[in-house]
Amino acid sequence: MRLYEYESKMLLEKYGIPLPKRILVKTPEEAAKAVEELGGKAVIKAQVLTGGRGKAGGIKIANSPEEAKKLTEEILKMKINDFPVVAVLVEELLNIDKELFLACTYDEVAKQRIMLISDAGGVDINEVVEKDPSRVYREWFNPFYGMMAFKAKKMADFLKLPKDADRALQSVIMRLYNLAVDYDTTLAEINPLVLTKDGKIVAADAHIEIEDDAMYRQQQRLEGMGIHDRPSTPREPTEFEKLAEENDMSDHRGVAGRAIDFGGSLGCIIGAGGGSLTTFDAILRYGGNPANYCEVGGNPPVKKVYGLAKLVLSKPGVKGLLVCHNVYSNSRVDLVARGVIKAMLDLGINPAEYPVVYRGAGAFEEDGYAILRKYGVRYYDRRLGMDQAAKLAVEMLKLIEEKEKEGKSLEEAQKEVAQYIKTEEFVKKVLGEEVAKKVLEGL
Amino acid sequence: MGILIDENTRVVVQGITGREAASFTEWMLDYGTKVVAGVTPGKEGMKVHGVPVYNTVKAAVENHDANTSVVSVPPRFTKDAVMEAIDAGIELVSVFTERVPRSDVIEMIQFAKDHGARIIGPNSLGSIVPGKAKLAAIGGPTEETNKAYTPGPVAVLSRSGGMMTETCSLMSVNGIGQSVAINVGGDPIIGSMFHELLPLLEKDPETRAVVIYGEPGTVAEETLADYIKEHGFSKPVVAFIGGGFVDKMPGQRFGHAAVIVTGKKGSVEGKKEALRDAGVLVADYHSEIITLLKEVLKMK
Ligand SMILES: Nc1ncnc2c1ncn2[C@@H]1O[C@H](COP(=O)(O)OP(=O)(O)OP(=O)(O)O)[C@@H](O)[C@H]1O
Ligand SMILES: [Mg+2]
Repeated sequence: MRLYEYESKMLLEKYGIPLPKRILVKTPEEAAKAVEELGGKAVIKAQVLTGGRGKAGGIKIANSPEEAKKLTEEILKMKINDFPVVAVLVEELLNIDKELFLACTYDEVAKQRIMLISDAGGVDINEVVEKDPSRVYREWFNPFYGMMAFKAKKMADFLKLPKDADRALQSVIMRLYNLAVDYDTTLAEINPLVLTKDGKIVAADAHIEIEDDAMYRQQQRLEGMGIHDRPSTPREPTEFEKLAEENDMSDHRGVAGRAIDFGGSLGCIIGAGGGSLTTFDAILRYGGNPANYCEVGGNPPVKKVYGLAKLVLSKPGVKGLLVCHNVYSNSRVDLVARGVIKAMLDLGINPAEYPVVYRGAGAFEEDGYAILRKYGVRYYDRRLGMDQAAKLAVEMLKLIEEKEKEGKSLEEAQKEVAQYIKTEEFVKKVLGEEVAKKVLEGL
Repeated sequence: MGILIDENTRVVVQGITGREAASFTEWMLDYGTKVVAGVTPGKEGMKVHGVPVYNTVKAAVENHDANTSVVSVPPRFTKDAVMEAIDAGIELVSVFTERVPRSDVIEMIQFAKDHGARIIGPNSLGSIVPGKAKLAAIGGPTEETNKAYTPGPVAVLSRSGGMMTETCSLMSVNGIGQSVAINVGGDPIIGSMFHELLPLLEKDPETRAVVIYGEPGTVAEETLADYIKEHGFSKPVVAFIGGGFVDKMPGQRFGHAAVIVTGKKGSVEGKKEALRDAGVLVADYHSEIITLLKEVLKMK
């Protein structure tokens, strides 16, 4: 979970890291008043769950309460990288001598926490460091030893600050490390950490992310500070995504959800995790136009697959369906088949006359195939690769759309294509003789 | 001899009385794996599918000579369970549990390093040497496992458990068996990354080629590429990375620090490029793995 700057700074404050004076406001009027309180001049900062605010115009200096009002009005209307600005932090204007960078995160290869420090802090840190990696000093931490004073000393010494500032920096380094460990942060970053003209070290910005998997032991005290769990995606979920989420949450067993709206014409019931990624890639690579992404795995009950299939099949613009999942060892092929068929029947769709490419394999596959046969759905087993199933589905959709262009109604086109794709000719055309022979044999 | 495990491996299952652990214990036994003991604190004396349960790993090791553990306990107890196993002398710990916080994961990995033990996972469905033994839930019941996994010359390392079974199944229906298949785990920080398993595969006479299944995020594939470039690897490597479309999705957020630590790594295109650059054969479509394997194994 990513925290807002003002929330991140609440944590820094708790750990005694020096901060500028600041007031959180939600309206232009409040901003004007806050600036007055701070002495008539202040920085107006957009509170938003993304970085690069400065570059996007979300950080402005107000030289008067009047100006603060105007700037706040503008900033509150902004979206940065699609994220809405939820509030404005009115902050004491620091007299900056140097902008430093300090962060604590995980190094996946060293499998330890790593701290980074640089004198190239500020909005251009990444560009500067890419050109000159020697501007960053890195220190790794054995989790059992944790922070040791000499490590902070080494890190601070890299920047060669005046003695008092060096001391203050060492203390900030140690405090930030402790915060990172105590709060299970995946990232605790101060950029810039400011050296002021009068020699003080002050955290001008803060970006903290707390690991979702650690929320079970962090949530309570975060809530105590008024910091609530939140989704990390910028855009509001679409109606389809909301309903799919509701359906998935209706039962704790397995997953039949994680749906993402793509607005196209090929409905997708795909799984599980990696299998969905692999299938979806292939659809896009073959030039397909998917209606949705989703994941079906972890052994969901029939009713959840049914709910998801119904949403996908009745999604506006959907003209055909791809059901494709990796070889299941835990989820059941027959339960997925049952869910899909039931959804069709409930929507008044005759499965035998609907264009669907169905590829399923794994546990209870024979039972699954029996259901599909009963309702006249052509299915493929593990011999057909997932990308090959995707290719068949993409070609199926192309045929439907061609027929529509020829002036046929969607229903006519669907009916005709539903029959044609069951022929050997179609499979041969799309996948070649050799593959077609192999995947069709005995079906 | 297979890699990591074989028919002589003696397994203890920590958390054996849990629903999932009990069912994969049955599958492991049925497959012929020697599951010699289980551990659930407070349940000593019980039996699960005939396997005796103890309160501690120490007792399981003392009474049954267990040398390998499968850990399937709730996330908040996982770190301690892994360290308990290593402290009792277990050399290989396969961690099935998912959603273990990273700060716990780095501690258990450090502990393993300090004691010369190896961790697979967390968030690993398991590993298998077809025909000999398997750990945790990989492949499901024996009938399903046998449809997907067959003995042969190719080692498969995968970040996804489901796609490992899919990949091996597709290989098997095309007549290509596996020397070993290891689901390294789906988390960002894991005990054994691809490049850390490569030395074992280099030494294994039965392994003639390696298949890698990668995913977006982390630097696992890039690190593998760097390793091959630096240390060389004498056997052909075929890789497929799922989820390329994620590269183009909005809402990917990285802090400055993440970018500095990993460079611009993490994207699927970047991973493929790095692997190609290291001489790895990269499949753009999953079924291309078969075509590439047939070439390198000279099967046609
Ligand atoms: N209180 C302050 N006093 C003076 N200058 C400030 C203050 N806060 C921020 N700034 C200036 O504005 C710049 C951008 O601010 P800040 O780092 O808070 O936002 P940002 O652009 O979102 O950062 P990032 O690029 O790290 O996401 C800083 O580098 C600094 O130069
Ligand atoms: Mg900043």
